Amino acid sequence: MLTGLTAFSQDMSSGDLIIAAMLIPTAAALLIPLFHRSPNLREAVTLIAAASLAMVTWSLYPRIIAGAQPELKVWEVAPGLDLAFKVEPLGMLFGLIASTLWVVNSIYSIGYMRGNDEPRQTQFYVCFAVAIAATMSLAFSANLFTMFVAYELLTLSTYPLVTHKATPEAMKAGRVYLVLLIGTSMVLFLPAILLTWAAAGTLDFTPGGIIVAQGLEPVQALGAGDAVSKAIPLSPLLIGGLLFLFVFGIGKAAVMPVHFWLPAAMVAPTPVSALLHAVAVVKAGVFSILKVVVYIFGIDTLSQTGAGDWLVYVAGFTVIMASIVALRQDNLKKRLAFSTVSQLSYVVLAAAILTPVSAIGAAMHIAAHAVSKITLFFAAGSIYTAAHKTEISQLNGIGWKMPWTMSAFAIGALAMIGLPPTAGFLGKWFMLQGAVTTEQWFPVAVIVLSTVLNAGYFLPILVRAFFLEAAPVPLHAAGAKNANDTHHDDHGEAPFPIVLALTITASMSVLLFLFPDVVLDLAKLMVAGG
Amino acid sequence: MSSSSWGTAEPHLPILLVIVPLFGALLVTFLRRGILAWALTLAVTFVLPLIAITLLAKVLQTGQPIIYEIGNWPAPIGIVYKVDQLSAYVLCVISVIGAVIMPFARRSIGAEIQESAQSWYYAVYLLCLTGLLGIVITGDAFNAFVFLEISSLATYVLIALGRHRRALLSAYQYLIMGTIGATLYIIGVGLLYVVTGTLNFDDMATRLGPAIADPGYRNAVLTALGFIFVGVSLKLALFPMHVWLPNAYAYAPSVATAFLAGTATKAAIYLFIRVIFSVFGIALAIDSLPIPLVLIVLSIAAMFLASFSAVFEEDAKRMLAYSSIAQVGYIMLGVALANQASLTGSLAHIANHAVMKTALFLALGAVFYRIGSVMYADMAGIGRTMPLTMGAFAVAGIGLMGTPGTAGFISKWYLGLGAIDAGHYSIVFMIVASSLISVIYIGRITEVVWFRAPSESAKTAKEAPLSMLIPLWLLAGATVYLGFDTQATVDVSAKAAEVLLGGIR
Repeated sequence: MLTGLTAFSQDMSSGDLIIAAMLIPTAAALLIPLFHRSPNLREAVTLIAAASLAMVTWSLYPRIIAGAQPELKVWEVAPGLDLAFKVEPLGMLFGLIASTLWVVNSIYSIGYMRGNDEPRQTQFYVCFAVAIAATMSLAFSANLFTMFVAYELLTLSTYPLVTHKATPEAMKAGRVYLVLLIGTSMVLFLPAILLTWAAAGTLDFTPGGIIVAQGLEPVQALGAGDAVSKAIPLSPLLIGGLLFLFVFGIGKAAVMPVHFWLPAAMVAPTPVSALLHAVAVVKAGVFSILKVVVYIFGIDTLSQTGAGDWLVYVAGFTVIMASIVALRQDNLKKRLAFSTVSQLSYVVLAAAILTPVSAIGAAMHIAAHAVSKITLFFAAGSIYTAAHKTEISQLNGIGWKMPWTMSAFAIGALAMIGLPPTAGFLGKWFMLQGAVTTEQWFPVAVIVLSTVLNAGYFLPILVRAFFLEAAPVPLHAAGAKNANDTHHDDHGEAPFPIVLALTITASMSVLLFLFPDVVLDLAKLMVAGG
Repeated sequence: MSSSSWGTAEPHLPILLVIVPLFGALLVTFLRRGILAWALTLAVTFVLPLIAITLLAKVLQTGQPIIYEIGNWPAPIGIVYKVDQLSAYVLCVISVIGAVIMPFARRSIGAEIQESAQSWYYAVYLLCLTGLLGIVITGDAFNAFVFLEISSLATYVLIALGRHRRALLSAYQYLIMGTIGATLYIIGVGLLYVVTGTLNFDDMATRLGPAIADPGYRNAVLTALGFIFVGVSLKLALFPMHVWLPNAYAYAPSVATAFLAGTATKAAIYLFIRVIFSVFGIALAIDSLPIPLVLIVLSIAAMFLASFSAVFEEDAKRMLAYSSIAQVGYIMLGVALANQASLTGSLAHIANHAVMKTALFLALGAVFYRIGSVMYADMAGIGRTMPLTMGAFAVAGIGLMGTPGTAGFISKWYLGLGAIDAGHYSIVFMIVASSLISVIYIGRITEVVWFRAPSESAKTAKEAPLSMLIPLWLLAGATVYLGFDTQATVDVSAKAAEVLLGGIR
């Protein structure tokens, strides 16, 4: 069946593939409720949809590498507001990551949701599929309007996932999530789009950017066409202000101080934290910022006007601060969440260094962090499912009881620190290269310092897991609040689907280090301007 | 709708739009049984959108207004109905909303109003519709007053038919405020008649120009403007003249609330725009007087203060009522900025808001039908037992927040563009900041109905019947549809705005 599908998708036109990438998860969302009463069929729908979606994105990949940038204009909503899609290298990369990891995550979800007897599983899978549809639309969006539609849909579809447990704590987290994400996008992102439209007369992602700076020749050579010649030139101060609106309006990137939603969202079931809050949602944020920097402002415009210089400091501050906060978290998922906040700002930092090499580093880091962080969350969920433990202080000696889980965790941790043989090393390498060659020492210092901090909050977990004796039960330490916790000390590995999933993603992290070309080729195409 | 299908009635469509519901109301009073009254009303309300859409198509096609002289008496002497882009568009909005909720009404009215009073309800409903359509179609200032009174009197009865005892008090409140508003309006019209010697809007406009040059007349005209401004503002619930609205909406029968929320303030807004732009004219009312400033301040106050009130409500109907006051603020803000983009946004929002708010109130009507209350405490957890009803509510609520991909976003986009075009960048941020408050009040009720532990009544509630779900989902679907296909809203609004800004014709 798989080979048949592959052959079929190779015959499809690129436009059809783009449509398919959005329709498959949408169709899954519509079909899943029909199988409410038979969980096996319901999960089959999710798995088949995930597999076909991955097939679709991977059959787009060779075409993008070959230099094609398929476009699809679906509908003109109003003058200037086009619902249109275009697969460019960066979007392709994001689409590949999200769709591939959806497959793995679906396997994991099934193990986790059943293993923990979670309620309202149908609603869970429906919202998940809608979130993936939104992610694909965002990855392939051809202009700011389409991106904005997908961005908001992603927030709305993940809100029920955050509040899934329906406990007062989950409700509170949901409120923070909704108000902070929708709030920043409405109050800052939307005006930024409006002002961009007023200044540039277009919202299309265009190589070289669409914003024209005062005193600089517009970058017309790259094919911006009429749009740029109609644009109103902006002063560096205004460009800086507009960039400010975008950076903080895109709250999903969790640049401090709009990061609160991310640790709060950790009350969601772990598969949600793993795919959405470590990959799809947050990557949608940094992806959007990267796209805005590259295709709306243009790297040259920003570096020549100096309008984006402040971003290096904001991102650098977030990297360091979030790492320091992470050091002090005892809750494993919370620590991972702050690690995510920190790692996301690496991408923003890389974008803000404003060199082609660092932009490649940003793309590489998006991929590396995705596979590694999902591994870490899978491991955290695995521990919760098998041992019902959530705090780091409870993890003494767990490495020997759950060898697969904790080995995968170790690989993920190495990637976060940025050590070989994991993909995390490569991203940092390119970022450093970009910063050093342009003699920007602040980012260099940030990267070095944060590497130390990353080691500081990940290595102790590994030490506890493998080298410390498990404390005698019952624990008096935090977390062991009720007697139920004690009988879970007698546990082994998590259910098979969970172990399978985290082994796959951990291997991906290593494979990406050994064969980085899959990502690098796309990244190079991106900085070459398509 | 091809023009020939109306046959010989074709030239008389403008008057039919008023005559059909008027005589329909008369006939309905003779029907003792509720179901018969409902059936006749349903038939009448379904004819009206056909007429309105035909008129709109004709106006768009020719680009010229349709003038209908009643009894063949020409303008200065007789009453003239005038259908231009703006009025045809608003007629469509009102008649479509009036029709869509009728299938819903059967069950809802059946449950909320005793059998003997049901035919009265439908008769008054048609009278109210007559009044609203009349306000919009007439080209005569005094005739507009007459229709204003017809719609108001009918509205008092609609509100008073509510089951709650406070409905009577609310109706009385509205009666007082509405009468003051109408009185102020007619005083203003009287002054204009003294100055111009005509009641026809177009004639008034042409004669006002020379009259203003005379300082004595100028003062009379400004006084008239003041009276009309305040009088109509009362009717359209412009902050701070909105106090009648929350109680009126909260205690009226569910269907009446849905109808009034979608249409009543819209007709008054139409009258406001018509008088300011087409009679007094932009040169006087917008450019030389501080009217825009006053309107901007009041609109923004409405957007924020009314939204805040909505956040703290415990009664879902009142929450939506406060939201309506805030939304009127958006519409009037676009009117105040008075440029092509902002007016397009305002006019588009007339339709968009009508669709979304009617959907929201219908959803509450369905909840009331099942559990007899729309207090948050009783609605807790009802999303689990009435998922389709509350799903539609969620969709329309998301639209109200102005999420992209829904009708609400389109209005906001054009309002934002209008503010930028007017050079008021701070207003852009006020628009988006106030819509953030709508996220909070919609988010709050969403949390109550979906995630809170079910209340006693919610546990046993059943999903609403199909006759309620279909109109509800039609409107919820339209919320999303109008977020993507803006031909019916933005394109027509843009043309109407062009006409308004270009002059009288």
